[in-house]
Amino acid sequence: MKINLRGVNKYLKVIVISIVFILYISPLILVFTNSFKTNKEFLLNPLSFPTTINFQNYVTAFDKMNFLHALSNTVIVTVFSTVFIVLFSSMTAYILVRRKWRFNRYIFFIMVGSMLIPFQAIMIPMVRIFGSIKMMNSIWALIYLYIGFGTSLAVFIYHGFIKGIPLEMEEAAMIDGATNMQVFFYVVFPLLKPTTITIAVLDMLWIWNDFLLPNLVLLRPANMTLPLSTYRFYQTYTVDYGLLMSGLIMTVAPLLIIYLILQRYIIKGIIQGSVK
Amino acid sequence: MSKIYAFVGIKNYITLFTSQAFWTSFTVTLKYVFAMVILTNVIAFFLAYILTSGIKGESFFRAGFFSSNLIGGIVLGLIWNFIFSEVFVYIGKNFIPFLSKSWLGDPTKALWALVLTTVWQYSGYMMIIYIAGFISVPKDVLEAASIDGAGEFVKLKNITLPFMVPSFVVCIFLTFQRGFIVYDINLSLTQGGPFKSTELISMHVYEKAFLAQQYGVGQAEAFFLFIIVAIVTLSQVYLGKRLEMEL
Repeated sequence: MKINLRGVNKYLKVIVISIVFILYISPLILVFTNSFKTNKEFLLNPLSFPTTINFQNYVTAFDKMNFLHALSNTVIVTVFSTVFIVLFSSMTAYILVRRKWRFNRYIFFIMVGSMLIPFQAIMIPMVRIFGSIKMMNSIWALIYLYIGFGTSLAVFIYHGFIKGIPLEMEEAAMIDGATNMQVFFYVVFPLLKPTTITIAVLDMLWIWNDFLLPNLVLLRPANMTLPLSTYRFYQTYTVDYGLLMSGLIMTVAPLLIIYLILQRYIIKGIIQGSVK
Repeated sequence: MSKIYAFVGIKNYITLFTSQAFWTSFTVTLKYVFAMVILTNVIAFFLAYILTSGIKGESFFRAGFFSSNLIGGIVLGLIWNFIFSEVFVYIGKNFIPFLSKSWLGDPTKALWALVLTTVWQYSGYMMIIYIAGFISVPKDVLEAASIDGAGEFVKLKNITLPFMVPSFVVCIFLTFQRGFIVYDINLSLTQGGPFKSTELISMHVYEKAFLAQQYGVGQAEAFFLFIIVAIVTLSQVYLGKRLEMEL
């Protein structure tokens, strides 16, 4: 009897979660189905499936959003920022852990402290200062800023991890005649792989989707990243829903595809990032 | 800003604290944050509970619920803008009269629209953290309780929940922090409207500083925001340490 009850319970759970799941993803599905419709068809019934599959909306949106350009800007900014954050933070954290200088304690303290500051609290002077030294309006300035904003959290996470690595391996490498650089890149850095994945995942999701910072820094349309160009596109074509929806799908698609491939790592990265 | 820098003392803060618009925005933000923190955590916990009970297709559902986190705030706001202003209105006109006027046109409902959208975004993320919490509960303790005749609810209340306190601390504070500094969903879903009724504090700072060109007052507001976020974060660290010692 008891076993039977548990079986029923399990079916009930599957049913409940399936209903919740359908409600949960229905906005995305609606965006997807409407992206194939003409405006007339959309106004008739936004819930129906499209009668014909035509890609005209996609072709137009691709062109109007300057999609390839925005995509390549986003990719450049995300990849360069993440790579540099990982490289610089891991090296910094290594020195902070392995060299017992008093100076290091202060640096670490300042870095952890800076994590408390929300972006909004410093954006106004930041815009003023970077504007006055002509460092606005370039994706390289944006990358520079992301490295600055991303480093403290990354150093903090690496710091916690490196503390747990036994010193013996590094000593063995030293005795074999490895230089400091070699010890770091051949012995320590490979050991940091799980942490590196965590940081890369967190930073990529953040930078790819960020709006406020690029909105303040990148003023010329030619420099725009995907969130900026999507927003602008939406404001320009407010009535043509089929077109807007195909624009949204194109913006979301690259990350969703990456997610499908790297799902395991992404979820692991989120869990590890949250625990620390 | 002029090239001449005049020191104004606490004048900007006085302007700030006597400004009606600032307090309205702050109250709205508080309402938004509380509703969103509670709903997000309840839903995320519920999802995590079901998705760790060994049903079929767990990993599929987990991945599915998390997927809304890949979408950035701007696009997310635009998607829901479309849902609220077109799809809901269509459903309202044909099936449920309650939905027939766009939520985004009504001050109270627009705030709920904002809450709902944020809950949709974050519940998947928090679910992942709660799942990690559920998995960390030692199986042997649960088994021992079952042998002693404890039912599912008793086990949840007396064993699982105490073990999951750290997950709760992380999730609740994370949602608090994010709630206070949210900007892009606010911008793309409601633009602060109707009649500035959903202008959260972050957006208020932005408007003051970059659109109204009152950099000083804007920065005073931003500093106020910083104090709030700092208090939230520091109390998390404090609470987390204390609870850890008790366990």
